[in-house]
Parts: sequence; structure tokens; C-alpha cells
Amino acid sequence: MIDMEVVNLSRLQFALTALYHFLFVPLTLGLSILIAIMESVYVMTGKEIWRQMTKFWGVLFGINVAMGVATGVTMEFQFGTNWAYYSHYVGDIFGVPLAVEGLMAFFLESTFIGLFFFGWRRLSRVGHLVATWLMAIGANFSALWILIANGWMQNPVGAAFNMDTMRMELTSLSDVFFNPVAQAKFVHTVSAGYVTGAVFVLAISAWYLLRKRHYEFAKRSFTVAASFGLASALSVVVLGDESGYVATEHQKMKLAAIEAMWETEPAPAGFTIFGLPDVEAKKTHYEVKIPWLLGVITTRSLSQELPGINQLVQHGAERIKSGLIAYRALQILKQDRNNQAALEDFKKHQQDMGYALLLRKSLNDITQAAETDIAAAADSLVPDVPVLFWSFRIMVGLGFFFIFLFAAAFYLSAKQRFDRRWFLKLAIYSLPLPWIAAELGWIVAEYGRQPWIIEGILPTFLGASSVSASQVWTSLIGFVVFYSALAIIDLFLMIKYARLGPDQVTPLSKPIALNPM
Amino acid sequence: MHILLDYETLRLIWWLLLGVLLIGFAVMDGFDLGVAALLPFVAKSDDERRVLLNTIGPVWEGNQVWFILGGGAIFAAWPAIYAVAFSGFYLALFAVLITLIIRPVGFKFRSKLSYKVWRQSWDTALFIGGFAAALLFGVAVGNVLLGIPFRFDSELRLTLEGGLLSLLTPFPLVAGLVSVAMLVMHGAAFLQLKTTGKIRKRAAKYGFIAALCSVIFFILGGILVSTIVDGYHVTSAVNGSGASNPLTKEVAQQSGAWLDNYHRYPWMITAPILGILAGLCAAWSLYRGRAWTSFISTALSITGIIGTVGLSMFPIILPSSLDPTSSLTVFDASSSHLTLWWMLLAVVLFLPIVLSYTAWVFRVMRGPVTIENIRADDKEAY
Repeated sequence: MIDMEVVNLSRLQFALTALYHFLFVPLTLGLSILIAIMESVYVMTGKEIWRQMTKFWGVLFGINVAMGVATGVTMEFQFGTNWAYYSHYVGDIFGVPLAVEGLMAFFLESTFIGLFFFGWRRLSRVGHLVATWLMAIGANFSALWILIANGWMQNPVGAAFNMDTMRMELTSLSDVFFNPVAQAKFVHTVSAGYVTGAVFVLAISAWYLLRKRHYEFAKRSFTVAASFGLASALSVVVLGDESGYVATEHQKMKLAAIEAMWETEPAPAGFTIFGLPDVEAKKTHYEVKIPWLLGVITTRSLSQELPGINQLVQHGAERIKSGLIAYRALQILKQDRNNQAALEDFKKHQQDMGYALLLRKSLNDITQAAETDIAAAADSLVPDVPVLFWSFRIMVGLGFFFIFLFAAAFYLSAKQRFDRRWFLKLAIYSLPLPWIAAELGWIVAEYGRQPWIIEGILPTFLGASSVSASQVWTSLIGFVVFYSALAIIDLFLMIKYARLGPDQVTPLSKPIALNPM
Repeated sequence: MHILLDYETLRLIWWLLLGVLLIGFAVMDGFDLGVAALLPFVAKSDDERRVLLNTIGPVWEGNQVWFILGGGAIFAAWPAIYAVAFSGFYLALFAVLITLIIRPVGFKFRSKLSYKVWRQSWDTALFIGGFAAALLFGVAVGNVLLGIPFRFDSELRLTLEGGLLSLLTPFPLVAGLVSVAMLVMHGAAFLQLKTTGKIRKRAAKYGFIAALCSVIFFILGGILVSTIVDGYHVTSAVNGSGASNPLTKEVAQQSGAWLDNYHRYPWMITAPILGILAGLCAAWSLYRGRAWTSFISTALSITGIIGTVGLSMFPIILPSSLDPTSSLTVFDASSSHLTLWWMLLAVVLFLPIVLSYTAWVFRVMRGPVTIENIRADDKEAY
């Protein structure tokens, strides 16, 4: 039997450590590019203040990266420690992008980050700029490979089950790399990172402007953040829309849950702006809808229907039954590899075998499943509707807010009006918002994937390791205590250095490029 | 896709690459761990400690990627090994993660405030990070040689029993001490290249002791393997190109089995000899203050010691003490033929690039670190 306590604790630990890691990742993505842009301006103009900007934002970047690296190590090894069966079942495919990430991206970022901080006196201006850009490119490439891995969990392409090894194996690497879900997720996630970096720089610069400190430094930083942020905020919404379109094709249940759309609607479906999803009654109360919008966004057509949750559950029950045929055939084939009837059954139904595995939650021998077991397993296909419904809406609302914020900032910086107190205050209060949006985005994507660890292939509860609950309790409590302590230290240092400001942390000095090019 | 190498050859190549990655990690990140473990002994004042931290400051982050890459490559090329090793050593790996989390933040945060308590606390944390990580890696290897309590059922679902490291039994403890001594000597050799004066002398002294300890503990480990430690060996025929299903062969536990390979393939004896001779050479050159000879010797000694473990166990990679037949070997624990091929192409393409820019960064940052140049770079230095 599956030890559900181990499964739930492992899920909680993975969620907490991933959400925590994801506090540092978006800022690393955005700030690395912003710093590289600032340094590029320095190299082009030779103006010392741009070097100071590069260095000061670099100090804050460094504090953040240390936490990102520290918490990222945990993520890579947690698949093995807590999700051993998952690792064995799909490592043949899933491991590839993770290994390539190390080889091609993380090495690049981590090797050049040393030169970014320690190489100012040892490199020419251009040489240092190249190191900075390589660091930023490395960081962004990391995101690409991680999202290719994650995209495969959402839309497992280019792989097939091998009954000799009882696991999934790679059939096409290019299908895995050019997975449309991975591509959409990558561009959406990195632009969200750029928004985070831009809000960070904008808010701290606004704080200096409000306090009338470091005026020259702050207004330039404000301007860079405003223009970079506006472009990023626009693309995050456009590319998020692309994600929605891709999800329609591959994860219909996730989409229906986000919309709390219980019944199939006549095309084109309306988008629910407000409503109170009621899981018990399978209904959404007090709905406020914009007609047509959802259908147009997600299907790019006026005639294609979107299935509702109830229809998807019924469809799921069919797939469970079909999957059981494949599972029974597999049991026969384990004894007698040449049984032609079983082989044909297996080939015909193997794409549904993952659905049959949902029954393992309550049954040891799933070939004995009764109708009631199948109905219960089909019901378990529905993710947490209210959480997805609200997470998605808050995230999208914030996305539109960022467009407004950066449009206003862009306008003000173009007019050289850095003294609008209401806006400076708004910018400061906006500081936590991109993190909230990013974490909610993670929840929509990953919590919305439940009950699957790999969509349609392997249920989450089957992926866990056979470790004991007490072991997972130990690591979970350890991570919570240890990570909380680090969070306090990290925040303390960030605030301290932001308050000290550029003139104390990285004072202007004569250019010291000893070997200018 | 046309695969140019047969499955058996690819598996052997990936077994060698597994060794290359582990040795790469031990040689590159090993000196960071060694320097951290030497921190309280070699550097007395805050200035001296900053010198030590700044010797590894520009490079430790890239070095740590060897560990991450090792994890990723094992995941991709040896998924069953990744699953068994990491869930089988659950709490030990958790402890390793904590030590590896301490390092980045320790390096970065320590210099950000100048309070004495703050810096001393980070010094302690960094010391533990280096020492405990080195010890745990060795203890884990010792436990691998003893066998891990796991078994696979007919669906290849993995069950673990027990799963706690037997830290206090003599053999894993000796393995842990080999690891600590070997990485400390390596760290000390690195400090010969990167420091001057008193610090360099102190490092040489500790490095000399560590090198001798490393050789002694390594020999002691060998004696234990030939006497009280039961090895494992494959008793059925091996199909090098068979499916990656561990239940298709037979394995038996037998006293002294870890030494069988040296009778079968006498050339393998070069690995332990390299471990010992290079270790002695390291002791001598540390004593004489020869920086480059020390560093190359310690790197070679590490290569010999890790190579010995791998060669002694071949073709087994992870033996199971619970059900020897479930043991994972080179020929039944790998990824599919296609994945091994693609991953090999990725390594052949990218590893030379990684090695060349890493070499370039080391060249840019060459030369010793002194208290004077840290003071000049006060804001950026650790």
C-alpha cells in the first residue's frame, strides 16, 4: 500500500522548498539582465555613475543569488530523495534537461559570477562586460532547461513505456526540447522574472527619490527599470495568454478548474471575472462573465467547445477503464511475452494506463476495481478548483497592474518628472507584488497539474520514495527552521544594504580599469 | 536517429564518465571543502580568514556545479542509481544539503557585516560545512561498499528497509576519515598556490599530516575490505546489451569479493598504487613547500582513491544488502540506449567548453591572495 503520510509530507516539502527557491529565481533572472544593460551603458558612455549602478545593484544581486544557489541545490536532489519511483520511472527523459542545464547553463552562470564580483581589476572594461553578459545568459538558459523538464511533466511528449524495464523511455529528444508547453512556459516565466527585477529596481529607486537621496543614481536606475519593465510586463501578459492557448490543447482539466467551469458551455465560452466556486455542489455562485472571451483566448476560434469539469470526469472514467485493459494485458505479458492478444490490447490501450494507476491509491490489486472505485478515481482527477480559480485571477490582475505601473513610470521618466510623490509611493508599495504573482503562477501551474506528477502518465502519490514518515518529518522541519532563519538574515541584509545606498556601499571613484581596451 | 555506438560500449563509457564526474567534483570542489575545513586551524585572525575565503571566493561557485552536474548526469544516465542512492541515504543527503546550503550564504553573508560574533559564527558554519560534507561523502561511500538495504519488486518499484547510515561501524568511519584527510590535504595544496607567508606555512603543516593520514586510512580501509567487509559479485552471465532490469541477473555476497577484480584484471592495481604513491608524494612536496607538485599530487591521489572504489566494485555500482539480486550494475541500471547516446553527445560538445572557460577564469584570477589586496578591494572581497 502507498503510505499517504509520506506522500503528503513529501508534497508539502517539495511545495515549500520550490516556492521558497522561487522567491530568489525571478529576481536573479531579471536583475542579471538589468545589471548587464547598465554595464553596457557604462562601457559605451564611459560614465562612472553607470559603473556605480552596475556595482550597487550587483551587491544586492549577489545577496539574492547566494540564496538562489543555496536553495536550488535542494531542488535537484529532492527528486531522488523523496520521489524515487518518479525518478526511476521517467529519469530516462526527465533527467536529460536537468543534466544539460548543469552542463550548458549553470556552469556558465556560476563560473562567470566569480569574475563579475572579483574581476573588476583584472579584466578590461569590455572583458568584464562579456563576463557579466555570460553570467546573465547562463542564468536565463538555466530557466530554459528547467522549464523544458517541467514542460515535460505537463505534456509528456517524445517518450514511450518499455515493458522490459517497466519505465518510460525517450523516443525523440527534439519532441522533448521543442515541446510547445515548455516553450510557452519559458518565455512567460523569464518575462515574469524581468518584471520582478524591474519592480525591485523601480521601488528602491523610488524610495531614494522620495527621500531625495542619490538623485542622479536613482533617476537613471528608475528610467532603466521603467523601460525594461514596460516591455517585460507587456510580454508577460501576451505570453501568458499563449500559455493559456497551449494549456487548452494539453491540460483541459487544469483550464476548466481555473475557470471553475463545471459544465461544457456552448462555444465560444465566456470568461468568469468573479464567482464563488462551490466544490460540493459542483457549481459556481454569483458568476460575473464576459461573453466569448475565454473561448477566443483559449481556442483562437468562435466555434470550438471547451469541455467542463463534469464532462472531463466522465471522460476520465472511460480512460480508467481503457487503462485497466492495458494494465491487465501487461500482467499477462510479464508472464508470457508472446501472447498476441495481450500485446494488441496493450498497444491499443497503453496511452490510458496512467489513468488506471489512479486506482492504486485505494486498491493494491487494481485489476479487481469495482465501478465505485473507478468513479472515485475519476473524481480525483479534479484539482483544487477554488485555489486555482483565485490564484489565477489575482495573478492576471497583477499582470495588468504591472503594465499600468510601468507605463506610468515610463511616461514620468520620459517627462523627467521624478518628483510625483503619489507615484513614488505606489512604486514602493508595489515591491512585494511581483513575488506574489510569481508564486501564484507556480501554484496555478503545479498545483493545477494534480493529481498527476506527469500529466496522464503517473499519479503523484505513486511517485514517492519508500522512506519513512519520520525521515520526511525530520527533513521537513529541518528545512522550515533552517530556511526561515536564512530568510530573516537575507531580508535583514537586503534592507540594510538598500538603506545604506550606493554612495556608501559602492562609492564613486576614479576609473580603475588598468588595461583599457 | 542513428546511434553509432552499441549499448554495451555506451554503458561502459557512461560508467567511466560517472567516475570522471565524481573525480571532477572531488578535485574541483574538494579543495573548497578542504579550505573550509582548514579555516579555524590555518587562519587565526579575521584578516587571515578573509585571505583563505578569498582564495576560493572567485571559483567555488563554478566548482560546486560539478556536484549539481553529477546529480543531473546520474539522474539522466543512471536513473535507478539516482533513485536508490538518494532515497536510501535520505537523512545523510539531507545533512549534505544543509552543509552545501551553508556554504554559498556563508561566503556571501560573512563579509557583509563586521561584528565579531557575526563573522565567528559564519566561520564555524563554514568549517562545519566543509568538514561535515567531506565526512558524509566518505561515510556514504563506505556504506555503498557494505550494501544498501533495498529491493525491487516485479514492477521495479523500490522498497527500502532501515535506510539510516551506519556511521559508527568501523568501516564507514574509516571511509569518512579517508575522505576528510584527502580533501584537507587537497585544500592545503591549493593554499600553497594561493597564499603566502605564515598562512602558507601553516597550511603546509596541516596538509603534510593530512596527506599521511589519508594514505594510512586508505590502506587501513583496504585491509578491512580484504578481511571483515563482505563484497558482492555477479554470479550469472552478464548481457552487456540487455534491458536495464536489475532482476535479470544473480548476485552473491562473499567475503573478500571486492578484491576479485585485481586477480581478474591485474592492471587495475594501478589505481590503489596511484592513490598511495601520489599521497606520499603530496606529503613530501607539502613538507618541502613545492606548490604545484603538491597540488598535482593531491589531485592524482584523489583520482587513485576514487578510482579504486569504482574498479573494485565493477560491474556493480550499488549492491543491495537486502536482496543481492536487486543490486544495480553497469549493465542493468542505465538509461536507454538513445538517452545514453544523446547525453554522450552533450558531454562531448559542452564539457570541453566548460573546461576551457573554467581554465580561463582560473588564469584571470591567478596569483596569491594577500591581506593587502583584500583591503584594496574591501567592498567586493569576501
